[in-house]
Amino acid sequence: MKKIEAIIRPEKLGVVKHALEEIGLHAMTTYDVQGRGEQKGLEFTHRVGKFRVDMLPKIKIEIVLDDAKLEDAVNVICSMARTGEVGDGKIFIIPVERVVKVRTGEIEP
Amino acid sequence: MDAGNTAWVLISTALVFIMTPAVGFFYGGMLGKKNVLSILGQCIIIIGMVTLIWVTVGFTLAFGGFGNALIGNFDWVMLNGVGIEPLAPYDLTSIPGILFMMFQGMFAIIAVALIIGGVAERMRLKALIIFLFIWTLLVYIPVAHWVWGGGWIAQLGALDFAGGTVVHITAGVSVLAAVIILGKRVSLSNGGTEQPHNIPFVVLGGALLWIGWFGFNGGSALAADGIAANAFVVTMVAAATAAVVWGLVNWLHLGRPGVLGMISGAIAGLVAITPACGYVNVTGAILIGMGAGVFCYGGILIKRRFSYDDALDVFGVHGIGGTWGAIATGLFATGTLASTSKGLLYGGGFALLGAQIIAVMAVYAFAFGVTFLALYAMKKVMAIRVSKEEERIGADIIQHGENAYS
Repeated sequence: MKKIEAIIRPEKLGVVKHALEEIGLHAMTTYDVQGRGEQKGLEFTHRVGKFRVDMLPKIKIEIVLDDAKLEDAVNVICSMARTGEVGDGKIFIIPVERVVKVRTGEIEP
Repeated sequence: MDAGNTAWVLISTALVFIMTPAVGFFYGGMLGKKNVLSILGQCIIIIGMVTLIWVTVGFTLAFGGFGNALIGNFDWVMLNGVGIEPLAPYDLTSIPGILFMMFQGMFAIIAVALIIGGVAERMRLKALIIFLFIWTLLVYIPVAHWVWGGGWIAQLGALDFAGGTVVHITAGVSVLAAVIILGKRVSLSNGGTEQPHNIPFVVLGGALLWIGWFGFNGGSALAADGIAANAFVVTMVAAATAAVVWGLVNWLHLGRPGVLGMISGAIAGLVAITPACGYVNVTGAILIGMGAGVFCYGGILIKRRFSYDDALDVFGVHGIGGTWGAIATGLFATGTLASTSKGLLYGGGFALLGAQIIAVMAVYAFAFGVTFLALYAMKKVMAIRVSKEEERIGADIIQHGENAYS
């Protein structure tokens, strides 16, 4: 089992969610998050100088899935969330030790 | 000077004023939380800018030169000659000229403020201010003169008691032209939707608009008389009917009546009764409210099939509602209230209905054409949209340097 934590542009959530459904991944958790990458946000120039917005709005999607589906899921997220410009986001893949279903107490494979 | 009439128009003027901040909350709640301040800020900017336009040249261009077919004159520049005495030829109810001027000025402010809901979340502030300045002078003021300043629409015999054509059709149709030039928001670029961030704000703004509308319609009698009372009552009836009908249609269509929908329905009913409120009785008001609920709901559904992005359905509510109200005036005018012209269903034949349709078509063409050309020309010489990155971060931070919620 792996967990995907994907940080994407907010307006891409709809298409990413839809594409994940197409490959059979329905369960997910999403958050509104703020963050920044190596560029430390974005700098804008206006009439009296520059200003920086150092935390940018993004959406984080968490998915726990079988190892077999991992590559497909990563490919789908990359292709659907990509614009080619700085700020498209990142995907983190984390090993999961156990998954317990609260309703039954059963440990999922 | 008539004390009773003056008192009522003073109150009505304040009631119409409150509609502009109300629009800020009505629209602001429907936007994302990163753009709510920008709408409230734009309302303040519009209140300032249009007030100054109005007292310098706006009032005289709209209401001066009574009987000129196309535009007023400069006789009352800087309100020279507009004082505390009644102002001919607008002196039938003996209210001070300066009060008549300010009452009409509030209408100009709210008309301009309606537009910002359509172009929200993506237009650059500087470009928006320039555009609204041009729009006030080249669209609102000429149409106000045509209808209320003795211009060609008034001479044609078309009726518009409180501004269905002047305020709502001009704003609604102009938004349609503006969004065609501006294009869609980034958040909608992949078939996504933007969720309203605070529906309680929408209800608050809608409720304040509803209250303000009693002054908008009732005050347009310019007198504390039976016509004002009739306008007040039919305004209430049409809004209530449209809210109920919208909710029912929504319930039948989607299984649940949305709160956002019901308050939008009330606004659609208020828009539709606006041109008619001096001429129709309660029966007419119920039919107008029912039409507003059904047509505006349908109009917004149809919009989803087109690719233009009228962010807050300004055309769907104000354009379609105003059009229905103008045509309904030609159907339901009783001929016994503020005008002797009778509608089609009260035995007046097609004379009034025909005049209403000509007026609507002319204002559609004029508002759409001038807005389209103005924005097309502006787009050639300046950036009228914010960049994609700025749009993602939101207008509050980018254009105002403030967060609504921290």
